[in-house]
Amino acid sequence: MTPQPTTASADGPPLLEVRDLTVEFRGQTGKVAAVNGVSFDVRPGETLALVGESGSGKSVTSLAIMRLIQRAGGNRVGGSIRLRRRSGDTVDLLAVSEDEIREIRGTEIAMVFQEPMTSLNPVHTIGAQVAEGIVFHRRVSRKAALAEAVELLDLVGIPEPQRRIRNFPHQLSGGMRQRAMIAVALACKPNLLIADEPTTALDVTIQAQILELLQGLQRQTGMSIVFITHNLGVVAEVADRVLVMYAGRIVEEAGVVPLFGRPLMPYTQGLLRSVPRLDMMSGAHEELEAIPGNVPDPTAMPAGCAFHPRCAHFRPSLCDTAVPGLEPADPEHSVRCARWRDVAAGVPA
Amino acid sequence: MTADTAIAPHGGQTLRRSTRYRTLRRFTRHRLAMFGLVVIVLLVMACAIGPSLVPFDQFQLNMRARFREPFATVHILGTDELGRDLLARLLMAGRISLTIGFAAMVIAVTVGTIVGTIAGFYGGAIGSALMRFVDAVLCFPTIFLLLTLAALVSPSILTITLIIALTAWMEVARVVQGQIRALRERDFAVAAEAMGAPDRWIMFKELLPNAVAPIVVAATLIIARGILLESYVSYLGYGIQPPVASWGNMLEKAQQYLTTAPWLALLPGLMITLAVASFNFLGDGLRDALDPRSDLT
Amino acid sequence: MSSFLTRRLIQSLILLWIVSMIGFALLHLTPGGPLSQFANTPGMSDEDLTRLAEQMGLNRPLPVQYLEWFGRLLTGDWGRSYRDQSPVLYVIGSRLGATLQLMITATLIAVIVGGFVGVVGAVRRYSFFDQFVTIGAMVALSIPTFWFGLVVIYVFSVKLGWLPPGNISPVGNESFIVFVHHLIGPSMVLGLVTTAIWSRFMRSSMLDVINQDYVRTARAKGLSERIVLVRHVLRNALLPMITIAGLEVPTLLSGALVTETVFTWPGMGRLFLDSIGYRDYPVVMGLLTFTAILVIIGNLLADILYVVADPRIRLQ
Ligand SMILES: Nc1ncnc2c1ncn2[C@@H]1O[C@H](COP(=O)(O)OP(=O)(O)OP(=O)(O)O)[C@@H](O)[C@H]1O
Ligand code: SF4
Ligand SMILES: [Mg+2]
Repeated sequence: MTPQPTTASADGPPLLEVRDLTVEFRGQTGKVAAVNGVSFDVRPGETLALVGESGSGKSVTSLAIMRLIQRAGGNRVGGSIRLRRRSGDTVDLLAVSEDEIREIRGTEIAMVFQEPMTSLNPVHTIGAQVAEGIVFHRRVSRKAALAEAVELLDLVGIPEPQRRIRNFPHQLSGGMRQRAMIAVALACKPNLLIADEPTTALDVTIQAQILELLQGLQRQTGMSIVFITHNLGVVAEVADRVLVMYAGRIVEEAGVVPLFGRPLMPYTQGLLRSVPRLDMMSGAHEELEAIPGNVPDPTAMPAGCAFHPRCAHFRPSLCDTAVPGLEPADPEHSVRCARWRDVAAGVPA
Repeated sequence: MTADTAIAPHGGQTLRRSTRYRTLRRFTRHRLAMFGLVVIVLLVMACAIGPSLVPFDQFQLNMRARFREPFATVHILGTDELGRDLLARLLMAGRISLTIGFAAMVIAVTVGTIVGTIAGFYGGAIGSALMRFVDAVLCFPTIFLLLTLAALVSPSILTITLIIALTAWMEVARVVQGQIRALRERDFAVAAEAMGAPDRWIMFKELLPNAVAPIVVAATLIIARGILLESYVSYLGYGIQPPVASWGNMLEKAQQYLTTAPWLALLPGLMITLAVASFNFLGDGLRDALDPRSDLT
Repeated sequence: MSSFLTRRLIQSLILLWIVSMIGFALLHLTPGGPLSQFANTPGMSDEDLTRLAEQMGLNRPLPVQYLEWFGRLLTGDWGRSYRDQSPVLYVIGSRLGATLQLMITATLIAVIVGGFVGVVGAVRRYSFFDQFVTIGAMVALSIPTFWFGLVVIYVFSVKLGWLPPGNISPVGNESFIVFVHHLIGPSMVLGLVTTAIWSRFMRSSMLDVINQDYVRTARAKGLSERIVLVRHVLRNALLPMITIAGLEVPTLLSGALVTETVFTWPGMGRLFLDSIGYRDYPVVMGLLTFTAILVIIGNLLADILYVVADPRIRLQ
């Protein structure tokens, strides 16, 4: 998991600015803040990784960007998500009209979901599902759109695309289905692709192929990618910058090199220790450490730092009173931990 | 969410209690179910003590007071073509109809539970033979089967009840069989089996109590169905025989007086609908309350 | 695909076989068994009956009798009506059309009205409309069909005079309008229960689909809500409804019996009730078996249609 140097341009105004994003679900057991004051930027052409254990709010964040969180039933989405559109205008995705968000979806922001098995409609052909967005957004004929679909399937590395457009999802293998899903997402050439655990459901060799595909496509198109995963090995492979989420909050944000080289938040350190390392596979044995304890119940968040019941550096009355702020440790490295200086200095737990 | 399904090694007691509490709360909050329950209680009470409060006998003919309209005379709900008090008849008919519905449910649930338990527990050849039989009986349209059976026996409250039960047990058998088979896969039955418990003990002590919830729901719906079926056979002339009144056979004669005395048709029909709907609402509410998945919505 | 259909076909044949055994058993439960038709004939002595029993092979073992009976069932020899001695299958056949007219029209009503109501209820879940319709469907399922028939006759025929008070339009030189006019009342009555059932299942089927991942994918493509709903939700939600339609056949047949009685509609239901009245057991038992076969065929047709509609099974 040697971090790769970034290739993307880090300068220029961000493509997407998320500010203080808060998503609350109202269930029978009360309100649940699945995402709590999340802010970050996505820069043009970069790959931003969003990592964290299950339930940390990664998918909810991405769905909020697509404005796909159902607001019915007392769910609340707050904050702002500002997108620089192709036209040059900047709009708040949470405030634009239904028509405008529909126009943005697919054409400027597209999404690839975790489950290729269930994310494609089983009763429509692959070709129809790839072409459908093209027909809708660009008002071209179905025939022309299908011709484009063939090219897209070819682009994402599906062999015999001419034949495959007539196939139904169940006739494709998992990896092929995920490629088809990517073709669906790329159909209208978005400049931001959100990939929510696109490889989790696939086996290892296929995973590597899909990652390679995404990276290749990014090089060709220059699109930004928000890559959601809980696999830090994958992060090292693809990301330029990393956001670590825990219990609905960002707890560390840094470039991929500093994050892997000098993680400051005990949670991030724990995540890193739990990653199988390439050199381990080649013989050097080292125990994998899972982070002890469980993700907190979203209805009963621990007071103060939400990680404190699991943290080896925990100090009573320091960590469990107020939520620590997200502090800059370096200009490009922020951390949410009351004791990050001690942690950084290597003060033993 | 998971609290309902988890079989926690410790803290299971409180979990179970809170589950039960939540089930009860879901039920009492189900407005339609509560409506159904109240109406059922009122109906049962009215039919039980009502007839002794009404100053007329259900059989008392009065040829000078035929076709009295409701709310016009001392006959509050009017009289029929023989001058009999409609209220008295409706209440007495209610006794019959409700009794048949309830009794048919008890028989159907017993038969269905036994068949379903055996089929679900043994599976294999016995199980599938039984379930194919259930499927086959379900192929016969209910009313056709009911009337055929009714034509083979002499009509009485007992035979009508039995016949209705005979056409209603299959759903219970299916539900129970499905439950038992699913539960059997779960480890506690396997554990009991490993300890050498006899089959019958496993079946009734271990597995069946876990299938109670869907049985209760099915039972409630069968009462509704039983009342409805009784009204069908009686209306068609093969159920409860006049002069004994049931809601169904009161409608038999009413059809010919539809133009002159529509209330004769209206009132018994409303009673049937009210009673059946109440049991249906109750059953629906019970299903929602007992189904842990409904927690998610 | 073929394996699925073969399996279903074999299951149907097994069902048919068990159904025939139940039919045979019931026939032997009739008073006098298969002989009762002669027992009622005046001037028939006990010796005559014994001789007849021998002639008809009734003193042979039951399994042998069953096999013969089943053979006759397969070859279309279902016995003769006591009433006019015409073949049972012919009697049934002459009434089948009238019943099918009712059943098909009622199904159309159910699919259109119930389907629409279910879709809107699912899309506007928990709205006033949804709650109203949910309660309404439950009440509709609780109304005795014959009583609803009486209400319809009272309101639309007696009071408003819009509909004829029953009876199928006279056969022959009748216009299509008259035919439809007569069909409205009974179809409405027969369709009530099926409509209620359709609305409930349609709603829950829609709700099952509405939260599927592929619907989210469709939204993420930026399609309009109408396209998402029709192409990705409704299209998939209709699949299980095919099975529901198949399962509705027995309900429709039962309802038809009652509806035909109320509206004096000359279908199989009326025939059945009349035959019971006349103790015409060959026709009664024939109809009972026939309706069960219709049910099996209905389910099989639904399965075939399902295979056509669902590529996952079609292209296995
Ligand atoms: N529709 C919803 N209603 C209520 N709670 C929800 C809903 N969607 C998500 N949540 C809750 O929000 C929290 C965050 O969920 P989210 O799906 O974003 O996690 P995640 O980080 O994507 O995890 P995973 O790695 O498992 O995908 C969870 O506690 C989840 O239970
Ligand atoms: S704030 Fe305290 S408990 Fe939280 S991560 Fe830092 S040291 Fe651990
Ligand atoms: Mg997720």
